[in-house]
Amino acid sequence: MTGVVLALAAVSFLLVTIFSSGYSAFWRTEIALTIEFDPKLMKVEPDATFDQLQQVNYLALFRKNLERAFPEVTARADRRELAQMFSESAPDLLREMVLADPGLVGARQVVSVLASSSVDMITKGNAPRDIDEARRVISDQQLRWLDRFDESGLLGSRFNSDFFTSGPSRSPELAGLGGAIAGSALLLLVTLLLSFPVGVAAAVYLEEYAPQNRLSEIIEVNINNLAAVPSIIFGLLGLAVVLNFFGLPRGTPLVGGIVLSLMTLPTIIIASRAALKAVPPSIRDGALAMGASPMQVMFHHVLPLAMPGMLTGTIIGLAQALGETAPLLMIGMFAFVADIPGSILDQASALPVQIYLWAESSERGYVELTAAAIMVILVFLVAMNLLAVLLRKKFERRW
Amino acid sequence: MNEKKVTNPALEVSDMQAYQDVAGEVAVEDARVSCRDVRVYYGDKQALFGINLDLGSNAVTALIGPSGCGKSTFLRCINRMNDTIPNCRVEGNIRLDNQDINDPNSDVVELRARVGMVFQKPNPFPKSIYDNVAYGPRIHALAESKDHLDSIVETALKKAGLWKEVADRLNSPGTGLSGGQQQRLCIARAISVQPEVILMDEPCSALDPIATARIEELIDELSENFTIAIVTHSMQQAARVSQRTAYFHLGNLIEVGDTEQIFTNPQQQLTEDYITGRFG
Ligand SMILES: Nc1ncnc2c1ncn2[C@@H]1O[C@H](COP(=O)(O)OP(=O)(O)O)[C@@H](O)[C@H]1O
Ligand SMILES: [Mg+2]
Repeated sequence: MTGVVLALAAVSFLLVTIFSSGYSAFWRTEIALTIEFDPKLMKVEPDATFDQLQQVNYLALFRKNLERAFPEVTARADRRELAQMFSESAPDLLREMVLADPGLVGARQVVSVLASSSVDMITKGNAPRDIDEARRVISDQQLRWLDRFDESGLLGSRFNSDFFTSGPSRSPELAGLGGAIAGSALLLLVTLLLSFPVGVAAAVYLEEYAPQNRLSEIIEVNINNLAAVPSIIFGLLGLAVVLNFFGLPRGTPLVGGIVLSLMTLPTIIIASRAALKAVPPSIRDGALAMGASPMQVMFHHVLPLAMPGMLTGTIIGLAQALGETAPLLMIGMFAFVADIPGSILDQASALPVQIYLWAESSERGYVELTAAAIMVILVFLVAMNLLAVLLRKKFERRW
Repeated sequence: MNEKKVTNPALEVSDMQAYQDVAGEVAVEDARVSCRDVRVYYGDKQALFGINLDLGSNAVTALIGPSGCGKSTFLRCINRMNDTIPNCRVEGNIRLDNQDINDPNSDVVELRARVGMVFQKPNPFPKSIYDNVAYGPRIHALAESKDHLDSIVETALKKAGLWKEVADRLNSPGTGLSGGQQQRLCIARAISVQPEVILMDEPCSALDPIATARIEELIDELSENFTIAIVTHSMQQAARVSQRTAYFHLGNLIEVGDTEQIFTNPQQQLTEDYITGRFG
């Protein structure tokens, strides 16, 4: 009883900690700036072609606009500090706007520019502001500018949808989980396609056809042992066999999926065998007595009845695979891949690996990202387990 | 059933052995199934010691005897369900319409289409009522069209006396029916492929008296068209539904004869002890 209470308390403490430090990552601070798309600053004619607009130095355009907005800031160092309050993605934002609508050239428009990670932390209260300048993430001067923005109502915040779509980045305010989510999805796809058919086939063989001899006994014991092997061993196996011997491409979802399949197989086999055992013998007898062949009994009666249990085991196995990190590190799925992987042969990252990489990063901006990524992976895990429970409930009740 | 003391030393299971003399005539004139010297072994353990027995065409033969005497084992020989039990070995000669069913050339699938079985506990498939009955015709490819299949299902359900109760819910699960209805569904499933013989292993032991009476009536009707062998623990049931009764004891057939004669004038002491309820 006390044990349960303690465990529940520990879990809720964990969840509260993660949630309180992670939820802010779903919002980003923005600063509204009036940008003048002055052809002179852009060094183009007002009727410039698309190609010419692509050549424009948007960094310069952004800097010049800042200088106009803050004419009193003249020293080089001060200007740099000012620019550093904004995300380094600002020039890209301007470029996108102009290329999407060339009519902007010559116009002026209020643009919400993403604040830099340090400013973001101060506005959200993730980093302390009322401390010594040396220990604060932004300087006194930047803090004054920030307060000025705030007073003029230029500070805003928006939902951070980029978090779910963009890849990792060296700037925390730009980094997202999109690449890791895609990588994990591809990984699970490979794992599912490999381990489900093999696991079910192995379970059917062991449960229904294997002769009762020493060999099947040894196989049985070892499948149960396999479930207890530390995952890093599977990673080593993948490194030695899949990468070095078969020469499959390093750090790809294909290789990761193969390794995770090995880990998932015991779970699927054990669950599938239990599901097969649970099919009442009277149903088999009834079908056999009707003249069904053993094959027909299998496919018409036993497999359909065992399928919900097999699927439940598979989902739980996949949920385990989703959280697995060590074997993926072994086979090189930790590379910084800015692109979102499109196929199982692309270099990719995965959710838990991304969490690990962010967690060990020294930049403080990644703290909230780490917690937010943990929230995302927890949501996926809960959803998968819920699906498994629902599946079991639904088919239990039906007949 | 309340436990009864074992009074006869011959009842010790360790004494299982072949008896020599069978009272009554094992052969009948119009035999559909004819068994000679049937011996069954479960591994090293022998369960049947040379059974000779005929099942007459379109007649009901009741198999009675104390638990563990081999009635089910004998029944399973006739549709070769013993083949599905590992370590089980059947010897001897069993003929269906004068064909050896254990002949290496004979097809067990065809045999089971000709010899249907109804089990002790109703075991409808976890499928719809319709699919339960249509399963046999489907796997044996008996129906030429959907309409034909519909009519096969309807006929079987009518013969099993279930049609009126389920006609309007053929697509609901067979497992949702009451116990008695489930057992009649299993009978409909068995007769859907028009077998010659139906084997029933204590078909009423899981049912209440009303459902039991319903099945007994049904067995009577079915005996016009089918050869039936029924295992039962109820003397009254054997007396009500069967024309011939065979008494099994510890793996041996002790006595066989007209049902009336067996119950009024048994020839063997063991038979008399059993039907008078001295053990059971
Ligand atoms: N699958 C089996 N494996 C081993 N022994 C069995 C098996 N089925 C039945 N037996 C044995 O064979 C004998 C006859 O059993 P059974 O035919 O089920 O008797 P009954 O149906 O008359 O009660 C019993 O001694 C029983 O223990
Ligand atoms: Mg029995």
